[in-house]
Amino acid sequence: MSKRVHVVENIFSANDQIAAQNRQMLDNLRVFSINMMASPGAGKTSLIELTVKQLADNFRLAVIDGDIATSLDAERAEAAGAKAIQINTGGECHLDAVMLRSAINQLDLAQIDLLIVENVGNLVCPASFQLGTHKSVLIASIPEGDDKPYKYPGMYRGVDALVINKIDLLPFVKFDMQYFRDGVEILNPGLVTFPISCRELSGLDPWLNWIRIQIIKRR
Amino acid sequence: MNCKKSKMHELAVTENLLEIALKHAEKANVKRIVGLNIVIGQLASIVDDSVQFYWDIVSQDTPAQGASLHFRRQPAELVCLSCQTIYLLNQKNFNCPQCGSQKVKIHTGQEFFLESIDVE
Repeated sequence: MSKRVHVVENIFSANDQIAAQNRQMLDNLRVFSINMMASPGAGKTSLIELTVKQLADNFRLAVIDGDIATSLDAERAEAAGAKAIQINTGGECHLDAVMLRSAINQLDLAQIDLLIVENVGNLVCPASFQLGTHKSVLIASIPEGDDKPYKYPGMYRGVDALVINKIDLLPFVKFDMQYFRDGVEILNPGLVTFPISCRELSGLDPWLNWIRIQIIKRR
Repeated sequence: MNCKKSKMHELAVTENLLEIALKHAEKANVKRIVGLNIVIGQLASIVDDSVQFYWDIVSQDTPAQGASLHFRRQPAELVCLSCQTIYLLNQKNFNCPQCGSQKVKIHTGQEFFLESIDVE
């Protein structure tokens, strides 16, 4: 004879607890951290590279790179002027709080103002795993198409800022910006959005200022 | 681009699920778990077949071995803030089907939790 025991516990709670500890470590040493998520090819690494180049003169930067097998992205971040740590996820489709914790432990947080975490290129799984970073940023890109908020609502809903990369390709690609933005607005009202082109180096200043302000606030 | 080619995040999720179930079974002082009742929202990016697949592996040699998983899918519902119509999410258009408003809020669909366990 079986009976029922009431539980109601979030299945991500174990990950979320570690994420909270990560946040505490970062807060204690006043490190501002962002989790960058996107599909493969949206321009995560290019944007990180540009961001590091622009900010490295004034701030101390570190990049933690989640990649399925290679260290190419970490090398690019390092060449641009950041301390870089590579996490090879060994086939895992996302970073989780435990992976981030072990990467953070390899850094001297007291010597860092900004930590950028480059998540694995994927619009599904990373949305479910909190890392403990302060802000989650999604990089969308024009060639992906204007329907992505409708197809991946979980990802668009959970982020604190949206970068729309490759806007220089708008004249060449069928992309209805209004339709795209309508979907985003419903999932995530008032989401701060930065249309940019990494290739033409346009639109970067508002993005960089958004980061600068958050770093300075923590000093 | 999703997890199909690589290890799935459902493995990590299934391990958490087992841990939570065992913790509550121990608290309730029961020896065997025969069923888990899980709620998955449409927006939660979890594939229940994969959870089932990993469950059979991770639950081996635990008091939850052989327990059946019951999934309740929670559809994503939107509520229109202008006319209060509640409607289901579709993947083409989020606007209110009644009045066309874009001022809508996601009402349900993000859940992912263990609701209860059946024990002996």
